[in-house]
Amino acid sequence: MPVLQLENIDKTFGGLKAVSGFNMAVEKGEIVGLIGPNGAGKTTVFNMISGIYKPSAGKVYFLDREITGQAPFQVCQQGIARTFQNVRLFKENTVLDNVRAIYHPRTGYGIFDAIFRTPRFIKNERSISEEAMELLEALGLQDRAGEKAMNLPYGAQRRLEIARALAGKPKLLLLDEPAAGMNPSEVARMVELIRYVKEKFDLTVLLIEHQMGMVMKLCERLVVMDFGQIIATGLPAEIRGNQLVLEAYLGKGATVA
Amino acid sequence: MPKATSAKKTILFLAATLAVYALVRFLETSEIINPYWQRVLDQALITTMGALGLSIIYGFTGQFSLGHAAFFGLGAYAAGVFDKTLGQGSLPMFVVSLLIGAAVAGLMALIIGLPILRLRSDYLGIATLGFGIIVKVGMDNSSKFMPVLGGATGMSGTPQLANFDWVFWFTFLVIILVRNFVFSSYGRACTSVREDEIAAEIMGINTTKVKVLAFVLGCALAGLAGGMYAHRYPFLHPSSFDFLKSFDFLLVVVLGGLGSMTGTIITAISWVFLLEGLRFVLGETFIDFRGVIYALILVVAIIMRPQGIFGGKEAGFLIPKPLGSLAGRKGGGNAGSAT
Amino acid sequence: MEHVVDQIINGLQLGFMYALIALGYTMVYGVVKLINFAHGDVFMVGAFVGYFGFSQWGLSFPVAVLTAMVVCAILGVVIERIAYRPLRYAPKIAALISALGVSLFLEYFSSLKFVFGPNYRVVQRPFEEVQWHLGSLIVTNIQVMVFVTVLIMLLILQFLIYRTKVGMAMRTVSVDHNAARLMGVNVDNTISMTFAIGSAFAAAGGVLYAIAYPQIHPFMGIMPGLKAFTAAVLGGIGIIPGAVLGAIIMGQVETMTSAFLSSQARDAIAFAILILVLLIRPTGILGRTEPDKV
Repeated sequence: MPVLQLENIDKTFGGLKAVSGFNMAVEKGEIVGLIGPNGAGKTTVFNMISGIYKPSAGKVYFLDREITGQAPFQVCQQGIARTFQNVRLFKENTVLDNVRAIYHPRTGYGIFDAIFRTPRFIKNERSISEEAMELLEALGLQDRAGEKAMNLPYGAQRRLEIARALAGKPKLLLLDEPAAGMNPSEVARMVELIRYVKEKFDLTVLLIEHQMGMVMKLCERLVVMDFGQIIATGLPAEIRGNQLVLEAYLGKGATVA
Repeated sequence: MPKATSAKKTILFLAATLAVYALVRFLETSEIINPYWQRVLDQALITTMGALGLSIIYGFTGQFSLGHAAFFGLGAYAAGVFDKTLGQGSLPMFVVSLLIGAAVAGLMALIIGLPILRLRSDYLGIATLGFGIIVKVGMDNSSKFMPVLGGATGMSGTPQLANFDWVFWFTFLVIILVRNFVFSSYGRACTSVREDEIAAEIMGINTTKVKVLAFVLGCALAGLAGGMYAHRYPFLHPSSFDFLKSFDFLLVVVLGGLGSMTGTIITAISWVFLLEGLRFVLGETFIDFRGVIYALILVVAIIMRPQGIFGGKEAGFLIPKPLGSLAGRKGGGNAGSAT
Repeated sequence: MEHVVDQIINGLQLGFMYALIALGYTMVYGVVKLINFAHGDVFMVGAFVGYFGFSQWGLSFPVAVLTAMVVCAILGVVIERIAYRPLRYAPKIAALISALGVSLFLEYFSSLKFVFGPNYRVVQRPFEEVQWHLGSLIVTNIQVMVFVTVLIMLLILQFLIYRTKVGMAMRTVSVDHNAARLMGVNVDNTISMTFAIGSAFAAAGGVLYAIAYPQIHPFMGIMPGLKAFTAAVLGGIGIIPGAVLGAIIMGQVETMTSAFLSSQARDAIAFAILILVLLIRPTGILGRTEPDKV
């Protein structure tokens, strides 16, 4: 049973067909890369999985349950978490609170517990805080727990987004350009981090990325999009030499030496 | 330097509160503070309660409400008419009437909130503004459907049972309630919605539920404050609950600094005393200038400090000690910032 | 039946006056994303200046209107410079509070005895009201004056916005300040100009209002301001045709409610309609939703 299955997905905005005939299955434990030139429709696919857009046609299945058209918060609570192309942290909140927020409302206590500070509240708050700190430690952010998210350097912000995504104990992690704006050594570290996180938390990963260094090193399998459609799938080595893919990125008649 | 333990902090806080209470009580009974200023102090505390409600709605959850006075007024009238007709001056009924004021305001907030809270900031503002005007028109014409409410001439007859004791301790309870709400998963969910509603939704937070909860809670607190107001001022008049009053609450929350309970509390109390003080300072001859000076102070204050006085910061005693393994670590979340 | 048509015409008169105010709200919102709560009070100042013009300073009516427009244009520019510009890139709520503060200042300052004084003043119209009977319809010269004035001003505005450099600057600044600056637009002056025009329009509305409903007082701007603002949002805040559309709707709703339902309830119903429209079209009738890019 694939963790994620997209079946004949179409998405039309007004007159523009952003995605058409999209079929994809992601198996448990895979790291799959969704690549393609800008405007190919990759983030639109992510948004349809997340529930931000409803597909114009087709279905989305997560762990064999259909989630097409569900509200974003429901999709997330089923076990799909994501990061964003442009970092979207809770800027004025602390690093720790960015992570702790995600436990809501599965905190184990209700509003009366919170207001009257019952033993149940204290116990559950403690375990939430401890779990959150462990996540921060896994991502090297434990020393910055009390800082405001907006004061973090860019790389740390990206890591915080991942920590926040992990707080919901997801089974599937969608990463939207996690290495955007990074230099080669930072990219290499991000590759290691994603591998580490995937192993430690037993995840399946689907990522959008333009940095070919990351894509080739990290992804076990690639799905290539252009103009809303899949133009190629396969192993990174195969995709590297694929004529259609080259033309999509570099223009018609392109070759690689 | 090790932080004070949680128990020690709580005891200190309670002791300080009792001390303040005792001091003011002494000053009032010995008439060092005369009845006029006693009333001003009570007014300041009632305004604080109402403003804390708006602080939850706007300061912490980012929902721009320009109709807060309507809920304050609904609570006032509900509590007032209940106690006036059924209460017969008994204290238990007084408390019941306060709860009824809160409940009526909260219920109204639920009814109006469910549809309008999906509106974006500016639009939510005018929707709530419009609601406030609708409520005011309702109050002006209330004598048509319930003569005891008095319509545009106002309602009198609510037993004046609220004295400093009641006002002080209820304000204290409200502060504790709000603080416990803010420093919990609920508060974190609220600020996440404020910071980035879409991201919060995608990260699994039911933002609609959070917004409605914050709105209902905030408006219920306004209703509670209104109920207290009805028992401290013998005469309720619709003009006390108009847009200008909503704006009073808003400016207290904004000037105090969004996301800061301390800011709201200090600004609410200071602002009421400032306005009364102006009356005093200007005296008979220049009393007409009171409105002009009030407006000028407001404009100057916001230009000088657009983020508010306490933007995002809290007084230490309101911040809970971090729990569990965070003890002794640097920072630790809700502590160190108001979020 | 005749009554209905008469009320429709009354509603149009009111709506057109609201349009003059609503245009200022929408233009200012367009360039600085601010709800200028003081705008209704500029309307009030315009009414008073016009009134003084034709009743105390011996000006002819058109000159009085022009004087009011000039005075309020200057007032609008001064307000923007002192109370809004320092907050232009601060959190939006700060500018809003400042606007409310300015509004209160104008009201209280005008109430002072040595300024306009707190009392209601009855306006003696500088000309006779003339009624024309078209069949069973009654149309007054005041109504005609309102229609004609507003139409002319709308045409001027249309020309200004779409056929002049100033107008293009305004449109550019509405979209993006920094991009406008980089294109050589003087953003500060463009914004000042916007405030000047909006305030001048409000002033004209004020004088016409004073003639049509001949009573003025320092707090007269609050309700019309709120309603015009509601109208601007109703039609789609920031969109000029939207302001006019919204204003006409508000005028009709208010007049019809007042005439046929209850004059007490007219404000409540007008705002109830606003809320309903927003629930169906959250960004106003002609408004465009800008979907959040994720």
